[in-house]
Amino acid sequence: MANQQTNSGNPRVDLEYRRRKSAEEMRYQVVSFSLMIFLTLVAFAAVAMKGSAWFTVPFIILLAFVQVVFQLYYFMHMSHKGHEAPSLFLYSGLFVGLITVLTFMTIVWW
Amino acid sequence: MSTYAQKKGFGATVWDFLTTVDHKKIAILYLLAGGIFFVVGGLEAVFIRIQLAVPNNDFVSAGAFNEIITMHGTTMIFLAAMPILFGFMNAVMPLQIGARDVAFPFLNALGFWLFFFGGVFLNLSWFLGGAPDAGWTSYASLAIHSKGHGIDFYVLGLQISGLGTLIGGINFLATIINMRAPGMTYMRMPLFTWTTFVASALILFAFPPLTVGLVLMMFDRMFGSNFFVVANGGNTVIWEHLFWIFGHPEVYILVLPAFGIFSEIFSTFSRKRLFGYSSMVFATVLIGFLGFMVWAHHMFTTGLGPVANAIFAVATMAIGVPTGIKIFNWLFTMWGGSVKFTAPMHWAFAFIPSFIMGGVTGVMLAAAAADYQYHDTYFVVAHFHYVIVGGVVFSIFAGTTYWWPKIFGTMLNETLGKITFWLFFIGFHMTFFIQHFLGLWGMPRRVFTYLPGQGFDTANMISSIGALFMSLGVIALLINVVVTSVKNVKVGDDPWGDGRTLEWSISSPPPFYNFKQLPLVRGLDAFWIEKMEGKKGMIPAEPLGDIHMPNASFLPFIMAMGLFIAAFGALYHGEHSWSILVIIIGLLVTFGAMFVRSVKDDHGFHIHKEELMDDNDKGVKA
Repeated sequence: MANQQTNSGNPRVDLEYRRRKSAEEMRYQVVSFSLMIFLTLVAFAAVAMKGSAWFTVPFIILLAFVQVVFQLYYFMHMSHKGHEAPSLFLYSGLFVGLITVLTFMTIVWW
Repeated sequence: MSTYAQKKGFGATVWDFLTTVDHKKIAILYLLAGGIFFVVGGLEAVFIRIQLAVPNNDFVSAGAFNEIITMHGTTMIFLAAMPILFGFMNAVMPLQIGARDVAFPFLNALGFWLFFFGGVFLNLSWFLGGAPDAGWTSYASLAIHSKGHGIDFYVLGLQISGLGTLIGGINFLATIINMRAPGMTYMRMPLFTWTTFVASALILFAFPPLTVGLVLMMFDRMFGSNFFVVANGGNTVIWEHLFWIFGHPEVYILVLPAFGIFSEIFSTFSRKRLFGYSSMVFATVLIGFLGFMVWAHHMFTTGLGPVANAIFAVATMAIGVPTGIKIFNWLFTMWGGSVKFTAPMHWAFAFIPSFIMGGVTGVMLAAAAADYQYHDTYFVVAHFHYVIVGGVVFSIFAGTTYWWPKIFGTMLNETLGKITFWLFFIGFHMTFFIQHFLGLWGMPRRVFTYLPGQGFDTANMISSIGALFMSLGVIALLINVVVTSVKNVKVGDDPWGDGRTLEWSISSPPPFYNFKQLPLVRGLDAFWIEKMEGKKGMIPAEPLGDIHMPNASFLPFIMAMGLFIAAFGALYHGEHSWSILVIIIGLLVTFGAMFVRSVKDDHGFHIHKEELMDDNDKGVKA
């Protein structure tokens, strides 16, 4: 995790490494942030173009999905170590929820 | 705060239990409350069997019979089996992973009191105008039209107790993920801890659908919405889906901890490491995973269509594979072991054939085409009693006998334990084996009586006599408990002599801080490893130091009581003018208690190093 304590005897070495890590992290955040803004604009554009709903709706949902991934991995640090248990439960929950949705879409409201 | 050794009066003891946040005391509360509900549910079962013993019986009326079967099922699943298993989880799991308590002791108490008040609320229906009468599944098409307040009691009571279960499940997950002792990796966790983990994950994912279903039902019944009312465009099948999306994982929530208990017992009394430990873990996780993809097999005859039926049938049969892995692993654990036939081992041994019979009829029922024949007959009743009694109830008896010394510090009488076993075992097979045939001969489920001369008479009488044997078994256990408690002969740390896991490395009952120093875990069956190397106890993983403990609190009780009060308001909504006022008062009590909890700092207390050192120097344990 980003705020892990240093356990090196030589703080300089560690600090330099951490500075580089943070800069890298910052770059990822800025990139994903601009991408998210861009994707939001694309979503608005897709609605504004007034195309077929059969294209617009799945397209927006796809964009939303990408945004959630960005949000979780770059802003909520799920890409870092120590997040295995949360991601396991997140994906299990997603799996259970999606199966339910799939069933309801196919055999309840057929 | 070293008051735990002082003698306390009755009132002080009651207050202690009302305010406790100690996982071991909460475990006793769960076992006690669950045990009482188990007896209530058992009495209902006895009434059912008396009514059905002879044809054309009028022991109870048709309406009362519906209420009794509904309450029997609901009580046994939600208020007896699950809380008793929660009791074992609370008592044993923190000890097995080498923790001083669960992750959130306050929430643990809150979870218990929510379950308790929910259960009491549900059972008050008997005295307040009639119990729920639409079956434990409470299918909407029937439940919406049920007269009186029975279904309202079901909806509100289960909502409150379900909240408690969800809180408990999340608490266990957080505990197992975060509070394992040094060296206790996931693949070194005892199997009971593993099954607790998977069952808690199932609770986390399975209870929200039930909550949603109950909310929709509540709005339909009490506030005039139309989610399930077909005449107004609702869809009654949605309730069935929501209920079974919860209901099927629910049976694994029950049976997985049962598997865990038996795994502990098999390896302890075979004096061998559990055969195929990693495949056992794999099978447990796989059962949990598959458990979410099979719910529609309860609805084959609803008209889902052949494709859906086929998919769910195949998925259901797939569950037989990991379960089979487990069965073989248990057999291989005993194979070549030096098996000791103690009372818990009797239950574990009898569990294997009993549960396999339930499993085989399960695969028969999973064949969708054949299910059209079995559906709604006594064959189904026989099947689920074989898995739930043969699996879960056997494990409850086994676990009670096995962990009784750890929880209460005394040893249940072995002879009486074996008498309990034989009475219950014979009674169980007598009651339910014949019901397979009753079903195949055409006796439908949930009928309050039947006519003579249809070929059902003898079989039903046999079944009812079996219920008598089961009751005698339970009475023998109760006598055993009383006799043991009166004699009060204290036992040592490892009374079975063959304990393998960490709970047996500390005194019985454990001191309120569990481990003076957290143990260092060097492998699976941590305590056994140390014993085999000639050591008396665990190697400490930390120097002796202050131990931080949480303060007792009365707030969980108050929070749960507030919801209990509010539920009465919701129940009588639209009938009495005071109902809204009661809802508001109840919610104020709950939210007020939550507010107090939020603003008032409660940092707990420390047991100081010196206090711990004292009894260390004297060479005696607390």
